Amino acid sequence: MKMQSKSHGVVHWKLQRISAIAMIPLVIWFISSLTFSLINSYEQSVAWLQNPLNATGLVLLFGTLYFHAASGLQVVIEDYVHNEGLKIMSIILIKLLSILLGVLSILCVLKIYL
Amino acid sequence: MAEFALPKHSKIVKGIDYPLKGDSQNTKKINVYRWSPDDDENPRIDSYTIDLDQCGPMVLDALIKIKQEIDSSLTFRRSCREGICGSCSMNIDGTNTLACLKSIDDVKGDINIYPLPHMEVIKDLVPDLSKAYEQLTSVKPWLQSKSDPEKGKSRKQSPKEREKIDGLWECVLCFSCSTSCPSYWWNGDKYLGPAVLLQAYRWIADSRDENTEQRLEELEDSFKLYRCHTIMNCTKTCPKGLNPAKAIGEIKKLQLERK
Repeated sequence: MKMQSKSHGVVHWKLQRISAIAMIPLVIWFISSLTFSLINSYEQSVAWLQNPLNATGLVLLFGTLYFHAASGLQVVIEDYVHNEGLKIMSIILIKLLSILLGVLSILCVLKIYL
Repeated sequence: MAEFALPKHSKIVKGIDYPLKGDSQNTKKINVYRWSPDDDENPRIDSYTIDLDQCGPMVLDALIKIKQEIDSSLTFRRSCREGICGSCSMNIDGTNTLACLKSIDDVKGDINIYPLPHMEVIKDLVPDLSKAYEQLTSVKPWLQSKSDPEKGKSRKQSPKEREKIDGLWECVLCFSCSTSCPSYWWNGDKYLGPAVLLQAYRWIADSRDENTEQRLEELEDSFKLYRCHTIMNCTKTCPKGLNPAKAIGEIKKLQLERK
């Protein structure tokens, strides 16, 4: 128990904050691109994603998003799930799921981009 | 899982109503949580109506009046009656505070009095604070140093260094803050809570203490320290007007600088 705690005290806290701050410009950029760049059709969406800057931005957003979601959910589980086994299982499950979804999302972006 | 509902045996029932004896226009009804370990009863709310013309100004005065004149079985902790000892902490009108610092006039309508939330109750308004005291001991709340002070003199501290423990040394350890913190409710066995973390920071911030690094190392733990989610109930409730949330923030800042 102690070893697990020690390894993610300040580091976990710091990464959670950094990913939160990183997402502020990324989310603003993403939403405003969707709103202002007049994407009305499938072709336009594909063209938008084929711009290297847009693809880079989206890959970064997905990476940060799933990392932040996983570390936030881990804190929620540590707060409320008091059964030690169930707690560890849930945290592992959330981490695996966020890696799966993150990789999948990034691959989708790359598939369109390449 | 966290417990969101009370266990069956903790459901509160209506208790005894003690109407005002005699005549008065200036009265107040005081509803008090009662529970005794000696019988097998559920906790109950007893109501006492008192004459404010014959009572001191604070809620503690009302409780003492009830104990002396109406119901001597009413149990609560008290000592200094001036906000220094930290004994009479309880939940009054929905907020944790010291009964001796809470004015009766501040409460509109009936005064509802409960023990500090989410602690085991020993009797009536007396909560079991032994775990909290144990946690306090764990942060070694005393001066630690290897060096000796100048012979025959006390340790030197400049006024500027002394200022750093203002807002920290005033804590009377009533645990109003810790017992108002949802994180402490759910994880009070592992999370140290705002009262103890403020004490820890009091010694970290003290220029005379030489064990700062060791103290910070001990606190660098996702449960002991990082269960604080800046909910700020601690600061809102503190009857001494202190800011435990800020003290915790300072500890987190120092952790960041270390690693």
